[in-house]
Amino acid sequence: MIQFLLNDRLIQTAVPAGTLVLDFVRYQQRLTGTKIGCREGDCGACTVLIGELKNGRLFYSSVTSCLMPIGNAANKHIVTIEGINATGLNFLQQAFADEGASQCGFCAPGFIVSATGFAMSSSCNYQDGIDAMNGNICRCTGYKSIERAIGTIAGKLESRGDDDPLSFAIAQELLPAYFSGIKERLQSLQVGSNGYTREALSTRVVVGGGTDLYVQQHDAMQDADIRFVINEAPLKGILQVGDECILGASVTVSEMLKSPLFLENFPALRKYIRLVSSTQIRNMATIAGNLVNASPIGDLTIFFLALDAQVTLSGGDTKRKVPLRQFYKGYKLLERTEGEVIEQISFKIPPANHLFNFEKVSKRTTLDIASVNTAILLTMNGNQVATAGIAAGGVGPIPAYLSAASAFCVGKDPSAEMLAELLEIVQTEIAPISDTRGSAIYKRLLLSQLIKAHFSVLFPGLDLNPSA
Amino acid sequence: MHNVKNIDAFTHLRGESVYLDDIPELAGTLYAACFDSPVAHGELVSIDLSAALNCPGVVRILTHADITGENQIGGIIPDEELFAHKHVHFCGMPVALVIASTAREARTAAKQIKVEINPLPVITDPREAAAAGELIVPPRSFKLGDTNTAWSACAHIFEGRADTNGQEHLYIETQGAYAIPAENGGLKIHSSTQGPTAVQRAVSRVTGLAMHQVEVDVTRLGGGFGGKEDQANTWAALCGLAAHLLKKPVKYSLDRMEDMRMTGKRHPYSSDFKIGLSADLKIIAYEVTFFQNAGAVADLSPAVLERTLFHATNCYYIPNVTATALSCRTNLPPNTAFRGFGGPQGMFVIESAIAKAADELNIEAAFIQEKNLLQTGDELAYGQKVVSEAGECWQKAMDHFDIPGTRKEIEAFNLEQQHYKKGLAVMPICFGISFTNTLMNQGRALVHVYTDGSVVVTTGAIEMGQGVNTKILQVVANTFSIDPALVKVSSTNTYRIANTSPSAASATADLNGKATLMACAAILQRLKAVAAESLSVEASTLVVQDGLLFTNGIKSGWDWQQLVMTAYAKRVSLSEHAHYATPDIHFDKATGKGHPFAYHVYGTAIITVTVDCLRGTYEMDTVNLVHDFGSSMNALIDRGQIEGGIVQGIGWMTMEEIIYDKEGRLRSNALSTYKVPDIYSVPKQINIEFLQTPKDNLAIFRSKAVGEPPLMYGIGAFFALRNAIRSFDPSVKPSFAAPMTPEKLLLDLYAGKIEGLTASHKRQQDPVVASNP
Repeated sequence: MIQFLLNDRLIQTAVPAGTLVLDFVRYQQRLTGTKIGCREGDCGACTVLIGELKNGRLFYSSVTSCLMPIGNAANKHIVTIEGINATGLNFLQQAFADEGASQCGFCAPGFIVSATGFAMSSSCNYQDGIDAMNGNICRCTGYKSIERAIGTIAGKLESRGDDDPLSFAIAQELLPAYFSGIKERLQSLQVGSNGYTREALSTRVVVGGGTDLYVQQHDAMQDADIRFVINEAPLKGILQVGDECILGASVTVSEMLKSPLFLENFPALRKYIRLVSSTQIRNMATIAGNLVNASPIGDLTIFFLALDAQVTLSGGDTKRKVPLRQFYKGYKLLERTEGEVIEQISFKIPPANHLFNFEKVSKRTTLDIASVNTAILLTMNGNQVATAGIAAGGVGPIPAYLSAASAFCVGKDPSAEMLAELLEIVQTEIAPISDTRGSAIYKRLLLSQLIKAHFSVLFPGLDLNPSA
Repeated sequence: MHNVKNIDAFTHLRGESVYLDDIPELAGTLYAACFDSPVAHGELVSIDLSAALNCPGVVRILTHADITGENQIGGIIPDEELFAHKHVHFCGMPVALVIASTAREARTAAKQIKVEINPLPVITDPREAAAAGELIVPPRSFKLGDTNTAWSACAHIFEGRADTNGQEHLYIETQGAYAIPAENGGLKIHSSTQGPTAVQRAVSRVTGLAMHQVEVDVTRLGGGFGGKEDQANTWAALCGLAAHLLKKPVKYSLDRMEDMRMTGKRHPYSSDFKIGLSADLKIIAYEVTFFQNAGAVADLSPAVLERTLFHATNCYYIPNVTATALSCRTNLPPNTAFRGFGGPQGMFVIESAIAKAADELNIEAAFIQEKNLLQTGDELAYGQKVVSEAGECWQKAMDHFDIPGTRKEIEAFNLEQQHYKKGLAVMPICFGISFTNTLMNQGRALVHVYTDGSVVVTTGAIEMGQGVNTKILQVVANTFSIDPALVKVSSTNTYRIANTSPSAASATADLNGKATLMACAAILQRLKAVAAESLSVEASTLVVQDGLLFTNGIKSGWDWQQLVMTAYAKRVSLSEHAHYATPDIHFDKATGKGHPFAYHVYGTAIITVTVDCLRGTYEMDTVNLVHDFGSSMNALIDRGQIEGGIVQGIGWMTMEEIIYDKEGRLRSNALSTYKVPDIYSVPKQINIEFLQTPKDNLAIFRSKAVGEPPLMYGIGAFFALRNAIRSFDPSVKPSFAAPMTPEKLLLDLYAGKIEGLTASHKRQQDPVVASNP
């Protein structure tokens, strides 16, 4: 039995834990404000908020309910549009109405839920408001009216000052009054939880965020025997131990994005992550999930490959560390035995003077799968490259660590001539295929261009083209 | 005019608006799922249902053999089987329909159906189809002047080819229907359709029931864009047939991949052009041949083809035109209506021809565009003489948005920047309003005034986000001069309004609004007659203003409620059904001449873009435009149509790429592989200048139709990107092949240098294979 709060009601249900939150709220509870647009996390029409206690504080984040099994919602608060509605239109809804920001209206509840997620965050920054909408697709408005509505909303949120966002939202009737009791109700749920068992059985399907599994195996997952690792305490958190950074396997992309450790070491992290899926997906998807999915174009896989990260595999009694460079043996083939689960991801924190960059190009710049992505980590000794790691995705059956290209860089002074030679080597290390993400020749050209872009970003002023 | 915001906003933003899948289901409802052809062309040898029939929950599986009426849903041409019988003609063609207790059971069982198909050759390319003589209808031509003799008068002649890909509608609400048995063998059909009468007709034909036995009801759609004009019929016919046979409610709400796989899209076109100009850049002659990729059956393709011809010269006067169009039968799902309905495809080619001439003459395309804009009285190839606002829109756009200044800024930017280049293009438009099939230009409205003074109106219009119901409500509130809160627009229902034209061709508000106006005017006239008699004044002295009755400008003491109640007491009808037929329009298909459009809509947009020449990516900077609204009756709604249309047009021209493989299988078959604009990818600014023109026109309250025209501003994005590429490398002449995906853009930027970059690797021509997620 799983229990959670759904809007203002306690739900205790015996449906399979793999049942999607979307199906549960829409078809079992007949809360039809949560719409179905794609069932693969790409449109946001099914967005709901998930409230959970973290260190005694209540946080809400938006997720696409089409990819979230209710097992991952256990002891949490699921909020649908019906749980937000007061008697009339609140000022978020009114701003959308005033700007004509809903036309056919089908995507509108998803936008309002996402906007509510923004209003419950600590930010009242316009751009953060737009970022909160980045997983919601509207085919009617062209988004300009939505932008204007967010402008109005962000302006109104400014009056909040330092007040607690949740209290402010309740006081402003952005949220119904029942929200003020949610924290206590969740606390009592957790204390009294005898419900969902999570013993690690090797036969069980391991689900982290589920954002890839539920796209790929939508039907099979619903009745699967699932081990939900996202709430397992040992797998949580981002730690620094000595000169190593250690991420628990259940760390989500959003958690990584908020981590002071990451932000300090990768100042442009927000820029990179902006290119990775959407707010809703990042709130669910785990780094470890991205790694085990073994997609040749996994964005974070490429990021961590360039860092020469390692994964710690736990097989119950045994534990071993495998460098990510050796983790991928073939297309979707991992250096992993049945029953082994990623417990941690670790990498050596690069020295303060390191240079790092991540590049990605896809058909649509954001919320799309890469045609090609690449990351580079350099440490410098004066003008010379001391160490180098270059990774690239979309250019072969596995996420590629470009060993020869990386080795070539060591001891070199970056220059146009050096870059030209480097690109020749890069081209020998890749074997892209033509698919819906681009032709092979395009991917070859694109990777060369993105490696040029790395050097353009890391060495501003460097002339990229050899003089004729 | 009451300025009313979208009347559905309240329920939309609270998630309370009811779409097809939200309708409360009746006990005993069954669920359907299609088994569709996995092969694009072949002989259907056998269907094996045995395994599927043994699946849990399965009630029945229908095939062509179960049809009680005709196995036929073709609209313009009866060439479309509901269920494949002896042959399959495209991947996604319905072969069987599983009916089960749950939707999941139906889909699971459908996967167990096996078919034996002897494959036949698959054609996906329209030129290949034309060469094989595979045409849906005989070729069509529009002619003006004589191009054969005109070439000799031209100082410059250029030829070329232009291609546009299709476009997935991607209404966020997928297709679907819910059929409920009614008494005496009838059916009630809930359908997500733009054409309730078309659905009624299709269900009637397939079941064998008379049309009066089939009630179709539509509250609203979660987007249509043309995709539900004709192609909602299939799902309604399937559910209708199942409900008719089983005497149980049957529902089918398609999942996204079913929808993308089984339904047609905007037609891809491949075209050849030849353009001739005088020394002073007047276009003297234009020849164009359009190869339309129709897909496997006619659907609306012949009508789309015709509109391509109507818009072959966009907003330019060209004295000698020969435009020929071929509707080519391929083994793809039947392509269909999509905002612009063939017009955008025609306009892309003339803009390509002008760009080609500009390239060769080393001038800005805008010089040629401006010199050839339509003037009032100019004749188009189909014989209609226009009332033109083209010049006024153009001039106002140049002045208001300081285009010369913008050009200088772009030039300076491009000189200074190595990795970034800006591009600018001007996109003027002229779009004809009316169904080109004249008989469809009729609308109906039924208005009831209740004794408490509240009003309900039903029309043939379908609300799908374009705001037509809000406009209809404005017509009622304005004509009666009552509080808009007294008016309700009811669902569209074939029992209340018969023989509707689909909500399409941008004409819905005009046709249904005019009928509403007529109905309201008739009721008001009767009300005034009642009051005139009671108050012993001339009816002509009476005016209702804001719910109060005035005589000669003085309050009479009567309000709207009293007026209504008095009329009722005097047994005067408070209801009216009105019928409107657009006057003055006619078109002779045989000669290709006539006056098919009630009016034209004009506008000029200037699009600027920035290309990242290192990464081959781009951003839309601004779209500045002057648009001919006539006299907008709802600026908020009209602005929304402009912004949404532009972004949809830009999507078509940039990131939206339909990919079929050689076997006719859709590879861009989900939202993960087919990308429409998201909030980050839209122009940073869209500035709309309203051209409010005082001239009389046939639009409702002179508020010109606004649904389709703005999509075509998006075409400018392609040419702006192309200009940016040419700033990066003037020797490159990018092909006129849309969309300009980042892939095409990067390959164009480095055309000629690719071999050098990848010296050790031969250019690979791999077949497209499925993506690995």
